[in-house]
Amino acid sequence: MNWETVIGLEIHAQLATKSKIFSGSATAYGAAPNAQANLVDLGYPGVLPVLNGEAVRMAVSFGLAVNAQVAPRSVFARKNYFYPDLPKGYQISQYELPVVGRGSLEIVLEDGTRKRIGITRAHLEEDAGKSLHEGVAGASAIDLNRAGTPLIEIVSEPDMRSAKEAVAYMKKVHTLVRYLGICDGNMQEGSFRCDANVSVRPKGSDKFGTRAEIKNLNSFRFVEKAINFEVARQIDLLESGGKVVQETRLYDPDKGETRSMRSKEEANDYRYFPDPDLLPLEIDGAFLDAVRATLPELPDAKAARFAHEYGLSEYDAGVLTASRELAAYYEEVVRRLGGEPKLAANWVSGDLAAFLNRDNLEIDASRVGPAQLAGLVGRIADQTISGKIAKDVFEAMWVSGRDADAIIAEKGLRQITDTGAIERAIDEVMARNPGQLAEYRAGKDKLFGFFVGQTMKATQGKANPAQLNELLRKKLTGP
Amino acid sequence: MSSPLHARGLAALAAGLAKREFSSVELTRHLLGRLEAAQPQLNAMISITGEAALAAAARADGAIAGGKAGPLTGLPIVHKDIFCTEGVRTSCGSRMLDNFVSPYDATVVAKLKAAGTVMLGKTNMDEFAMGSSNETSWYGPVKNPWNTAMVPGGSSGGSAAAVAARLAPAATATDTGGSIRQPAALSGVTGLKPTYGRVSRYGMIAFASSLDQAGVIAASAEDCALLLGAMAGFDPRDSTSVDAPVPDYVAGLAAPTKGLRVGIVKEFFDQGLDAQNEQQLRATFEVFRKLGATLVDVSLPNVGLSVPTYYVVAPAECSSNLARFDGVRFGHRCENPQDLLDLYRRSRGEGFGAEVKRRIMTGTYVLSAGYYDAYYLKAQQVRQLISADFARVFERVDVLAGPTSPTPAFALGAKTADPVTMYLNDIYTIGANLAGVPALSVPCGFVNDLPVGLQLIGPHFSEAKLLAAAHAFQRETDWHTRTPGAWQ
Repeated sequence: MNWETVIGLEIHAQLATKSKIFSGSATAYGAAPNAQANLVDLGYPGVLPVLNGEAVRMAVSFGLAVNAQVAPRSVFARKNYFYPDLPKGYQISQYELPVVGRGSLEIVLEDGTRKRIGITRAHLEEDAGKSLHEGVAGASAIDLNRAGTPLIEIVSEPDMRSAKEAVAYMKKVHTLVRYLGICDGNMQEGSFRCDANVSVRPKGSDKFGTRAEIKNLNSFRFVEKAINFEVARQIDLLESGGKVVQETRLYDPDKGETRSMRSKEEANDYRYFPDPDLLPLEIDGAFLDAVRATLPELPDAKAARFAHEYGLSEYDAGVLTASRELAAYYEEVVRRLGGEPKLAANWVSGDLAAFLNRDNLEIDASRVGPAQLAGLVGRIADQTISGKIAKDVFEAMWVSGRDADAIIAEKGLRQITDTGAIERAIDEVMARNPGQLAEYRAGKDKLFGFFVGQTMKATQGKANPAQLNELLRKKLTGP
Repeated sequence: MSSPLHARGLAALAAGLAKREFSSVELTRHLLGRLEAAQPQLNAMISITGEAALAAAARADGAIAGGKAGPLTGLPIVHKDIFCTEGVRTSCGSRMLDNFVSPYDATVVAKLKAAGTVMLGKTNMDEFAMGSSNETSWYGPVKNPWNTAMVPGGSSGGSAAAVAARLAPAATATDTGGSIRQPAALSGVTGLKPTYGRVSRYGMIAFASSLDQAGVIAASAEDCALLLGAMAGFDPRDSTSVDAPVPDYVAGLAAPTKGLRVGIVKEFFDQGLDAQNEQQLRATFEVFRKLGATLVDVSLPNVGLSVPTYYVVAPAECSSNLARFDGVRFGHRCENPQDLLDLYRRSRGEGFGAEVKRRIMTGTYVLSAGYYDAYYLKAQQVRQLISADFARVFERVDVLAGPTSPTPAFALGAKTADPVTMYLNDIYTIGANLAGVPALSVPCGFVNDLPVGLQLIGPHFSEAKLLAAAHAFQRETDWHTRTPGAWQ
């Protein structure tokens, strides 16, 4: 049978507020255990939560960015369950009335087609603390630094049909929250993670299959692998006459498999009810307008502008707008060059990206700044050096931190455009290789490349390639 | 001719301190002596903080001498043990918090401290404020100063008894379903539950967050006005506190009663009310008529649903509010837990008493999947109806008058076997909590040598009006000045 995969994601994005969602404690990562937990975070008797307005602003900006309905009135609820890293015995979340309602965003598939993914809702909630089961003999330790950190949980419609689509969607949300400046997107530290709801059904069926929820996936790679494993597991199960049970599963990255955590029957009854300590969250048009006014140019709009303004392909525009910082870097290069947007795009998404990737650096930490890269690209554009030489110059810039011009001058890499000099070099090469010359003239066209290579070598690669080609063709053909 | 210090109210004591008739240290020492002496008979206190009280009194005397005194400087008070007090055990009447020394002051405590009051100690109460007789306290029941075989009412039984026996001129208290007004009535003192949101709940250990409200118990409406002024106001740490200016309640006491429209709630005079109690109340209404008030018969058609509504909403909130007492970070922790579940089960099983457990169970049940709509949601809908009844009736009258409690104080142990009988004690008080409106109880007579109370209920933020009406009544009557023989 042919099977169709159905995937919905619940993404948890930690909001980049300075303080927690209901207390004044700092949210910085990596502090000593419990150094950032005050009485409210510890759930002391008598303390009360007070909503952080900045967290609201951030959630609303997300809602606006995905063209969602922002609720004029939303309600915080208590999700009740016992766990040592949940100090109050309940998590404050939004249940029936979330702050962000229905919206959507668009992903681009590998074949270039676009697909709209529905967003069901996004709600504000507080994170729990951490239980540490190592390091304390005979006991577990609790670190409540993370308890009360603001999150938005972004729930998608079950609109994705493959692990690749799920990853594309998750990346899109990742890009968006970083553009908005509402989440640092750091997946290793858990600032951006997701649960995947996965089911399969016979192709053509309009009923959903029974789903499994894979919890806490914190890398794009894990999302893809976990979903693919889970899909295969479910299909195997169904094809061998078994049944998928609704359950929560965990992905084990070491073994590359998912395994059962708890079944629906064992699931908690969270006994949600409106939190009487917090008033309903009311958002008016003026607030929406104020947030809207602060929104940056969003990735889709920026990519469209890049394609139009700089004449880039949709693909290149997409690559260059993957992050706000990268896009800003590119625009700075173009601005300094005063043109050459395509050449600049090739360099930013080509050599620069490769070096950043190799050294595992973010664009902000690039060893070659936009002014320096513009200096290099300018020398290609004005034909001072060839594109090939430029690659060597770029590497030297990356290592030394020096400007392109200094390296070109020092190493004498200036391109040879003097026709006489190139002709002399060609003459020498022809004189040294009479046999090949004869064969070429006898019709062995392939040898043209040999002569190009030899002449380039003779000029230490500095000959202007276009001139060299033209002169060589003329000379080889003979007088 | 001067009366003993303990027989004077806050306002009189403030005047005495200002005139240097006595010092705060003298006053404090006198009352500490009475508190200690009364403890074996009344058990009104959970903690008596003598040393800290004398130090605070000495500071207050310094402020008075330096001309830096405010209206409350040097006045001794007691706090219900539900309010967190920094460096002092805050037990909430429970074994669960017997070892809990709060690291911070509740906003009410901090405000009254800043106003210069002297805390003498923490008063006994029903465990986590769940009870109407003060018999659920881990520290044992409080006895009614009028007859120690009787309960003082609850949950603020310690606060009411301490004021009734003139061990302290005033006490803080809290009221979730009647916990200020009912013990005030049964102990013969004046108690005010303000509008929900009038006084900060920060640092007040939560029972049912949407109903809990801090207030005062004192010998007179005038003293309640004095203390409330210093407690009330918006608190940025309590999102449900209301950002509205605090009127001068003391100045407001002079407001005339002439033309006051007093609503007599038909539903409060049905079969549940003790006949002699009703007689006292009818006589009381005549006092108001004499003062120029108009009596109007009114109806609150849904108020009869108050008790069942309350006993869904309050336990639901309590089941969640009390989840934090898990033996992990503070409070009672069982010996040698085998694992996490054992830690939870035994810590909570040992730490909580029977009534608290009953309400946690009830609340957990009404919030459970499949029952939520039938119980919790339904109760919230009925709550809206009850609130609407109050809103409607306050279009016609300024205040409502009626009984605080169906009967005078009952015997210790008389109602402990049947929780529903106990719950019915709050039949007249719960409505105000559900609607969030202010209400007070003033002594209005005696039945079988036990005090009974008149309850006045007003619209939101009408504390000044309620206090003025009560004050006018207390100028015409002397019920509030009567003290139990043994404690004069």
